[in-house]
Amino acid sequence: MDSTGIVIAFYVLSAITVASALSVFVMRNLVHAIVFLVMAFIGMAGLFVTLSADFIAVAQILIYAGAISVLLVFAVMLTPLASRNNGNSLYVGPGALLGAAIAAIVVFTAVDVQWNELTGAALEARAFPDTIATIGDLLLGRHVLAFEVASVLLLFALLGAIVLVTDRGAAETSEDAEDPAAAGVTTEEAR
Amino acid sequence: MSDQPVPRRPATPMAQQILDRGSLLDDAKRLPSGVKAAGAVFALGFLAVNVAIAYIVIDGRLDGHWYDFRDLGNAIAQLRTELDDTGTGPWLSYWVTGLIGGVAILSFLGGFLLIGSWIERRLLARFQIRMGPNRVGPFGLLQPLADALKLMQKEVLIPIGADRLLFFLPPILVFIPAMLAWGPVPWAPNMAYLDINVGLLYVISITSLSVLAIWMAGWSSNNHYALLGAMRTVAMMVSYEIPISLSLLVVVLLTGSLNLNEIVAWQGSHNVWMAFLLPFSMFTFFFSSTAEINRTPNDIAEAESEIVAGFHTEYSGMKAGLFLAVELGNALLVGALFATFFLGGYTMFGLEEWVPPYLILAVKATTGYFFFIWLRGTLPRFRIDQLMTFAWKYLIPLSIANVLIVAVEATIAARWEAEGIVIYGSFALVNLALTVYAVRAWARVIGYSAELEHPEGPRTADRIGGLKAARQIRTGA
Repeated sequence: MDSTGIVIAFYVLSAITVASALSVFVMRNLVHAIVFLVMAFIGMAGLFVTLSADFIAVAQILIYAGAISVLLVFAVMLTPLASRNNGNSLYVGPGALLGAAIAAIVVFTAVDVQWNELTGAALEARAFPDTIATIGDLLLGRHVLAFEVASVLLLFALLGAIVLVTDRGAAETSEDAEDPAAAGVTTEEAR
Repeated sequence: MSDQPVPRRPATPMAQQILDRGSLLDDAKRLPSGVKAAGAVFALGFLAVNVAIAYIVIDGRLDGHWYDFRDLGNAIAQLRTELDDTGTGPWLSYWVTGLIGGVAILSFLGGFLLIGSWIERRLLARFQIRMGPNRVGPFGLLQPLADALKLMQKEVLIPIGADRLLFFLPPILVFIPAMLAWGPVPWAPNMAYLDINVGLLYVISITSLSVLAIWMAGWSSNNHYALLGAMRTVAMMVSYEIPISLSLLVVVLLTGSLNLNEIVAWQGSHNVWMAFLLPFSMFTFFFSSTAEINRTPNDIAEAESEIVAGFHTEYSGMKAGLFLAVELGNALLVGALFATFFLGGYTMFGLEEWVPPYLILAVKATTGYFFFIWLRGTLPRFRIDQLMTFAWKYLIPLSIANVLIVAVEATIAARWEAEGIVIYGSFALVNLALTVYAVRAWARVIGYSAELEHPEGPRTADRIGGLKAARQIRTGA
């Protein structure tokens, strides 16, 4: 934290992130909440940039701001109008508890860990490391087991989604099978 | 007007019309002699300047100095060292060079927006044997300016029941990714605004952000057409992100870098375009990009004949103008990205030593834009279910197979000690053959049959599934 630019960026981005995150549960309209959630994600990506974690920052935008938000959009648009209300619910209590627990973990980690701080010439010597190559080496080297477990988990999720979708239309497709010319078209319709 | 009926000319057959329409050469011949003389003088001067440039380049006086106009990055680097020498600290040089780069990108994009819509409308008119805009200024060149002035004068309407905040934001928000995505595009070896190691991921992630702005626009308009268009856009973007990512992953596998500059340098040093090595990825990227930027054949998100204008139905005045401008700019952006990933970017088999590389990239990007216009003038529009099917059933499985094949090839390339032309020539042949075979085989497996598309006798709609599907939906079977 020697450069003023980084300090300013940190405070601005933190303000954006925290304010957006607060707005997410203050907003009564669920659609507005999604928009603020995306803003919070982008603020987080900016914070990662200030930490020189370029890959994590871009992945944050790609996965959270780009993909998760679209998932939320679909979830909101497919639910009935009445439930698009970000009002009070029974989950406030457990939610607050969970948030407090996560905050406690973060604070404990921040205080407890001996952070290896570099300043001046030592910082210059490190320059800007190529994070992608390092992450790739670690993922396919030291942490290959975790990587494979995660991929198997994702495969199961994918298969589960397919099973959930196809189970309902099984009767229709078997009925169409006797008409081979129509099968190609109607299975698409059924999907 | 008299009561006499005007004698009607017999209708000219279409083929005759196409033959009779003037070519660009005829237009040039009809110019007044003064213009011709001025053009000749200009051409001679251009030739002389080029000869002078060639002399200087061969002489080697330009290499890497600030006045090396082949790479404007050199001048910026010189400026940075001079600013650093003033002793005010690094912030000054960062700010100044950052501003220069940003203004350069903005002005380039602005200049393109001024001329782009004219190019598109004139070309489309040519494809359709019309005249196109030709009233405002010479050849109608000032038409985009007139359009912009008209749009600015128009009242900005806000529909009743619209969500005011979310209705106000999208025209601004949609512009941000369109500008930011230009950052990592390398115009010359030292001339990329954001020369970052995650350039490719950055491009994918930034371009995926615009979907939210579009959805906000469609949702907040309180209009069914707008919402339909927005949801179509969201569905299309989510589906086509995956083929785009997979096709670019293949590029990364071969080049071994996510840095756009290194990807271009790889193609330059191996004297090969990715388009030759990876024909399937090239097609996937190009086709999926048309879905990402809502252009024909994938423009159902704003299909004029079905849902008015899609997500920006309710926008008027300059807000609608901003959406149109972003659409135009995105077409050029995708052209530039396509050139960078698959057409060798700023390299041109050694020509980049002579001609400024940024000009080469600009020519390639506008060529990509021309192809988009060509597609728009040629192809009809796909239905939404056809689009989704094409993404999920054709492009994604074949892309995954493509990733596997190219991964094998990349490991072979790392171990095979032979001339580059042998390695990559064989890869190009193998990939082309595999692509043709895989596309045909997969189409057969998935159910496309040539017989169905070209029936020999008449077929009822019921037989090929149309009415049957409709009946199923109606009866809820």
